[in-house]
Amino acid sequence: MADALKEYEALLPSGLVSRMVEELGDKASDSKVKSVFKRLVDEYERMKVHAGESVGIVAAESIGEPGTQMTLNTFHFAGVAEMNITMGLPRIIEVLDGRKTLATPMMDIYLKRPYSQGQDIKKIALSVKETRLKDVAAEISLNLADARIDVAVDDARLSELGMTKQGLVSVLKKEAKGLSVELRKELLCFKAKNKEENVNEVFKLKEKLKEVVIKGIKGVYQVLPVKRGSEFVIITAGTNLKKVLSLPFVDDTRTVSNDIFEIEAVLGIEAARQAVINEVFKVIENQGLNVDIRHLMLVADTMSAAGRIQGITRYGVVKNKASVLAKASFETPIKYFIEASLYGEVDKLTSVVENVMLNQPVPVGTGMLKLVAKHDEGK
Amino acid sequence: MADVYLNGKFVGSVDEPLVLMASLKDRRRAGTLDVNVNFFYDDSADAVYVECMRGRLRRPLIVVKDGVPLLTDEHLRKLSRNELSWSDLVRQGIIEYLDAAEEEGVFVAFFPEDLTREHTHLEVAPITMFGLTTSLVPFTNYNSAQKVNTGSKNQKQALGFYAANYPVRMDMDVNLLHYPQVPVVKSLMHDIVEYEKHPSGQNVVIAVMSYKGYNIEDAIVINRGSIERGLGRGSYYRPMVAEELRYSGGLVDEISIPDKDVKGYRSEVDYRFLEDDGIITPESRIGEGDVVIGKTSPPRFLSGMEQYSLSSETRRESSVAMQHGEEGVVDTVIITENSEGNKLIQVNLRDHRTPEVGDKFTSRHGQKGVVGLIVPHADMPFTASGIVPDILFSPHGIPTRMTMAHLIELVAGKVGALSGRYIDGSVFESEPEAALRSELLTLGFRDNGLETMFNGETGEQFQVRIYVGNMYYLRLKHMVANKIHSRARGPIQLLTRQPTEGRAKEGGLRLGEMEKDTFVAHGASMLLKERFDSDRTTVPVCSSCGLIAIYDEYKKRAYCSVCTDSETSLVEISYAFKLILDEFKSLCIYPQLKLVNRY
Repeated sequence: MADALKEYEALLPSGLVSRMVEELGDKASDSKVKSVFKRLVDEYERMKVHAGESVGIVAAESIGEPGTQMTLNTFHFAGVAEMNITMGLPRIIEVLDGRKTLATPMMDIYLKRPYSQGQDIKKIALSVKETRLKDVAAEISLNLADARIDVAVDDARLSELGMTKQGLVSVLKKEAKGLSVELRKELLCFKAKNKEENVNEVFKLKEKLKEVVIKGIKGVYQVLPVKRGSEFVIITAGTNLKKVLSLPFVDDTRTVSNDIFEIEAVLGIEAARQAVINEVFKVIENQGLNVDIRHLMLVADTMSAAGRIQGITRYGVVKNKASVLAKASFETPIKYFIEASLYGEVDKLTSVVENVMLNQPVPVGTGMLKLVAKHDEGK
Repeated sequence: MADVYLNGKFVGSVDEPLVLMASLKDRRRAGTLDVNVNFFYDDSADAVYVECMRGRLRRPLIVVKDGVPLLTDEHLRKLSRNELSWSDLVRQGIIEYLDAAEEEGVFVAFFPEDLTREHTHLEVAPITMFGLTTSLVPFTNYNSAQKVNTGSKNQKQALGFYAANYPVRMDMDVNLLHYPQVPVVKSLMHDIVEYEKHPSGQNVVIAVMSYKGYNIEDAIVINRGSIERGLGRGSYYRPMVAEELRYSGGLVDEISIPDKDVKGYRSEVDYRFLEDDGIITPESRIGEGDVVIGKTSPPRFLSGMEQYSLSSETRRESSVAMQHGEEGVVDTVIITENSEGNKLIQVNLRDHRTPEVGDKFTSRHGQKGVVGLIVPHADMPFTASGIVPDILFSPHGIPTRMTMAHLIELVAGKVGALSGRYIDGSVFESEPEAALRSELLTLGFRDNGLETMFNGETGEQFQVRIYVGNMYYLRLKHMVANKIHSRARGPIQLLTRQPTEGRAKEGGLRLGEMEKDTFVAHGASMLLKERFDSDRTTVPVCSSCGLIAIYDEYKKRAYCSVCTDSETSLVEISYAFKLILDEFKSLCIYPQLKLVNRY
């Protein structure tokens, strides 16, 4: 078998070879292996994109045309307010534009066993959700005489979170910067450390204090445990991938955020590239459309080629185009012409748009190659 | 304490808003408060709004007290005897006009049978809920709302009889239907607006069936015999106007047959229909390029001696002529003067328009379609009783659009035509379908409207029964004759040398950006270049400075105006690119072309 394989191994990717060997089993005869692999090489060559194929425009049309048929722009979860997911065309545009702030940032948190089977799922979910002081406060009042902020705590809410007042005080001592905390009777009393008696300052401090996170992960403002297949997954609104991945009960191999830039920062550019593919493909699949994933791969490659994620905008990948005319034909032509004339840029006319403008054959397909024949002057 | 607003302005407050409302209502009904005043109490805002400004949409309702309408049979008797009028009822507080706000606070019954003690008002008739054109759709309540909407919109585009004084009117873009008919299936609105005085459609026999694929995609097949008997026949009118304008310096336009030495003189044949006064003879059949009103104007810019020798040589031709592709017959010629006292000539042009393939027809239910084929009378399918339909309508347009009224009108029209009476199709008050069907049965037809039909070409009986009946069909003003357009070569724009745009200018059909992309996607590079060759030019380019050089036609030699003594080579580019290079130069940007041999 190994002999029979030798001549084909170099022609095929190793993964494909090993898969086919596995498929054939040990009992296959050499001649059969040969004929199968000959066919495999033919098929593999046939599936390859030919030189001069306009992959870019084909990808653009293949994603763009189904985009016209997309409906339903958001997806909602029953019973949970502030949990809706941007889907459809707006989401695709968001991903491909490389927006830094998303309309609906969210995470899918996968869990390790036994939590993934539903153990303590509600408690775990709540422990991820950020809780701010205002959420447990029954009343916040300003004591102007002492320049003090008094917070009455809702005990029921607190015990629901599994916290005690003492615990809350110790958390606040860490989190409420610039304030001293003291438990007086039932009240939490806050005082500015640097002795600011000004009423306005105290008022500002009160507003800041309300937003202090006392429990959970900052940025995750809503959680929803759902059953996906045979396991439980926590869907969140708001993201903080770095902190979530460090939690002990989280399966850090599968947990994802839908924020491409967050993924790039936490997991690196290759992960971000894959995230672009996944996010766009999710929408297309969700809409019941059919787009070959290789088109999305090309787009994702383009977006991540610079080593960081760039959107397909005039600030992103279009800026990197070599041709002045091609850049100008996209958006803000005047900007690019001024730049080109200031620096004396040269356009080599190597791409499609410039050549269409000049009415020259575009260098794709039949225009790729030039054939020069020597003309014999009738000798 | 409720705030009171008069026409949106705060005027005061009351303790008992409901008492105020009741007293306002009583006073309006008693006639001490004007009937045009409307008021309404918003309990969420705890405010009373009183409105008496103009511009509010209002509709009439019958006032109900204790579950009994104030309008009695006695009133109806008096109305029919002309002893009482509508405005009397309004004045007596029996009928009230409510605006949108006041309508929020009332409880309206649809029919007298529905009345309970809680009701405050009763509909005069269900049709008052709908607008004028919407009410003209028969059996409206059986249609999907969207199709009622399109159906009423389509009716506005129908050919009809728009004004009795049309021969003396000089309206733009007029269409007339030659033999308009009163619809057999009518609604109350048809009587109210006196539709029989200006109908806009015809009653036709329609068979719901396909015909060799010529009525796919909403198309219809028309019987040529029906067209020859006048179906959908119409006239198209277009006025042409010329004015003798006065210019500074006592110069005037002159309406006459232009002299041969006038600047821009056409050719003698173009003026052949003009009479001595320079105006065309009525009833002459004219076509493309023929002059309708001959006119000359003084030169645009006076210079030097020309001012004193205003011979015909300096005048320019400014006649009104037929545009590209236009034809017709001169209908009316009117010689008059305008408000400034200038001589004004108006010529109305008429064109006979028989239905042709591509013209648009519709029923009253938004079931519009284009003529796909005109079939000789002999080849049309016919029923067992020998009826040959005028139109074949494809059944595939029905399921997704859910225009049930279209199907009901077909049976209703059939009953009306057979029994010789008009059928009432008013919204919610139409004759019931069951009654129509049983009447159809007594008239000797199947009650479901199906009939046995035969193939007109072979005489064979069809394997299925066909749904046949009568419907009111409208011809819409979108006609092929006004829209057909194609071009292989023709005029170009002066600035860009690209083809002009639009049918009126005999323009090209643009291959746009996305269409271009499909050529690229196929790798059809050479085909793409050829398609964009319309503004191709060959220019000499200086090899040392890279600017476009000049070609001297006398010396048959190209030279660069900057370097004078340099080599040039000919380059083929689009004129649009040459233009942008020139524009760069005008902005003090130096666009240098570096030439390399491509091979």
